[in-house]
Amino acid sequence: MTLPTTAPRPTRSDRRPADRELPRPGWGRFSKLDTKASPYLYIAPFFILFGIFGAYPLVYTAWVALHHWEVGADTHTFVGLDNFTKILSDSDFWNAVYNTVGIFVLSTIPQLLLALVLANALNKRMRGRTFWRMGVLIPNITSVAAVSIVFSQLFGRDFGFINWILHFFGVQPFEWQAYKWSSWIAVSTMVDWRWIGYNALIYLAAMQSIPKDIYESASLDGASSRRQFWTLTVPMLRPTIIFTVIISTIGGLQLYAEPLLFNGGTNPFLGGTLRQSQTVTMYLMEQFFGRFQFGDMAAVAWLLFLLIMIFAGINYLITSRLERSDKKSSKKRGGTR
Amino acid sequence: MGVTPRRRALAAAAVLAVAALGLTACGDSKDKSSSGSEQITLNVDVFGNFGYEELYKQYMQEHPNIKIVERGTGSQLGDYTQQVTQRLAAGSGLGDVIAIEEGMSIDIMAKSSNFADLGQYGAKDLAGNFLDWKQKAVTTSDGKIIGLGTDVGGMAMCYRTDLFAKAGLPTNRDDVSKLWPTWDDYINVGKTFKSKVPDAGFIDAVTNTYNSILMQEAGNTTGYTYFDPQGNYVADSNPAVQKAWNTSVAILNAGLSAKLQAWTDQWNAGFKNAKFATIACPAWMTGYITTQNGDAGKGKWDIAKVPGNGGNWGGSWLGVPKQSKHQKEAAELAKFLTSPAGQIAAFKSKGNLPSSPQALDDPAVKAAVNEYFSNAPTGQIFGDGAKQLKPVYLGAKNVPVRTAVENALRTVEQGTRQADAAWAAAVADGKKAAA
Repeated sequence: MTLPTTAPRPTRSDRRPADRELPRPGWGRFSKLDTKASPYLYIAPFFILFGIFGAYPLVYTAWVALHHWEVGADTHTFVGLDNFTKILSDSDFWNAVYNTVGIFVLSTIPQLLLALVLANALNKRMRGRTFWRMGVLIPNITSVAAVSIVFSQLFGRDFGFINWILHFFGVQPFEWQAYKWSSWIAVSTMVDWRWIGYNALIYLAAMQSIPKDIYESASLDGASSRRQFWTLTVPMLRPTIIFTVIISTIGGLQLYAEPLLFNGGTNPFLGGTLRQSQTVTMYLMEQFFGRFQFGDMAAVAWLLFLLIMIFAGINYLITSRLERSDKKSSKKRGGTR
Repeated sequence: MGVTPRRRALAAAAVLAVAALGLTACGDSKDKSSSGSEQITLNVDVFGNFGYEELYKQYMQEHPNIKIVERGTGSQLGDYTQQVTQRLAAGSGLGDVIAIEEGMSIDIMAKSSNFADLGQYGAKDLAGNFLDWKQKAVTTSDGKIIGLGTDVGGMAMCYRTDLFAKAGLPTNRDDVSKLWPTWDDYINVGKTFKSKVPDAGFIDAVTNTYNSILMQEAGNTTGYTYFDPQGNYVADSNPAVQKAWNTSVAILNAGLSAKLQAWTDQWNAGFKNAKFATIACPAWMTGYITTQNGDAGKGKWDIAKVPGNGGNWGGSWLGVPKQSKHQKEAAELAKFLTSPAGQIAAFKSKGNLPSSPQALDDPAVKAAVNEYFSNAPTGQIFGDGAKQLKPVYLGAKNVPVRTAVENALRTVEQGTRQADAAWAAAVADGKKAAA
């Protein structure tokens, strides 16, 4: 259907979606194309960049993982899944996974709990509120290298502040790097110091969006502030808490700089003499920089990717279950009100 | 050359942390290919301190068209090695002249196609400028010369006179040398020291001492450490490794270690706080002690003979990667820096012991004293044994294996493992690292 038309070319202001526009030979086809194609064009920059910096490396890494490939060597041979079986049967890899998950749990739980408490405190009326609120973010904008150096000093055996405090209680100079549990605590402390403030601000923002009248009626009903916190604030923050858990999971599984710098010396990738705090990313770097095995490194990278996928999957399940129970309980609440 | 400060290591580690996020740092000067008088920049990649500052100035004055930039000054050997490996693999980013350390050299030789043959630029005529074995180690089977020798790591024992006096031990370097003809004597002196000065260690940490004993033993007996010249992993059967391990364990059992893990902040603080009385001292270590202990340590250190019989640990070459756009100019610079005169200047600047017989015989080197070390005659102490040094073969995987064995030894030091279990772990972990 081609109706000749003398309508003026639509100006910018009276442009309508193409299907409602006056059909015009050529122009109509163009506007149809415009409707169909331009959305893709608009999102293309992301996908092009993702393709170059996300998808291509992913695929290339997979290809490398299938080869015996030594850094700098002229030849590399196809070995199939050998690299994967080698890594999966390496007890050091599983040690690294264990450390990563262990440090993640040890750091994330206190971190989010303390952030919640801190956010609640910052939500109160007080003098210099903006100052305190901004203040908690300072650890987060401090460079991770600086944080790690300072904390390595604090946890130092002979000249460290923490051992100095402990010696008043009769504790002998203690080498924090020497044992798994102690190095985990030290690394978790660094992580927490950096991220509690950040999470607290996110919680704080969410708390401020909770209507005040709920609290007022709760106070009228005689609920203590502690009761209000646990039965009103925390449930209302649920989506935010889920968000921070997911973000912390991704960060926690990629933990690298803190344990690396905590274990100074000649080969920090190993995470201590007995690999006490070697995380998966450090294990990955060890394959490349310590052993110069490009293929093994690529295999570890993919395994780490899968590990994060698994954790993301678990997160998703928990999240959707929580949402479901949320809906149910809100229905219930609605019914009784 | 040895290894150096932790601070730089941290900076490097921080860079690596960024690299892990998917960024790669590349730094090279984009110079057009050169001819004659065109302005060019030559990058020299080093680790630690090579002591070339004055030589650069002189060279730039004589060659006004050349600008020299040294990169990596003060960096730690481990980080430097990784960087070189990475940039070799990437095919770009390396300097025009790069330092090749003893431990890296086997791996570099395996990748010799990536390096310019310095023989083409007149290095063949310079054979007499270097100790025989020094140049043999970097000449390929078909006669290509990959590097030119800089320094060797002749060994001695550095000690603190203030702590020795406190323990009632002699402080004069000749008397001290007489205290410990063997490592067993050294351990006994250590026990005496500890009974008088319980709050300081006799050694910094076990690994430096272990490496020194190993290099000494290997030099005197087998000629190799963890790998035999055929490339087989022999850590479990090489008597030199066994002896170095056993002596180190004996040192630990005697409670002599201050347990300040080498190349960490703790270790650096240990220098400043006088926490240990002796440290195994290859020539390049003197430069490190000077910078690390600073003015406060001046005149408190001295240098005695190492227990046992001599030995070599460390030492480097300069090579020109094929990546360089100015290979000819770079080769000329490398020849200048490694000339006997260049080596003498580096020795005077940072104590790096020359690998050139002419430089070793030079009166300036022979008569050299180190003011910082109570005017110890370093030229004599280190130079005397240098010409008798026997090369030790280190396999291509020497660094990862050494790290594994050092870590096993540290677990004994930390008290987290018994010596027997640690030895088994050292052999097994080393084997894994060698694979």
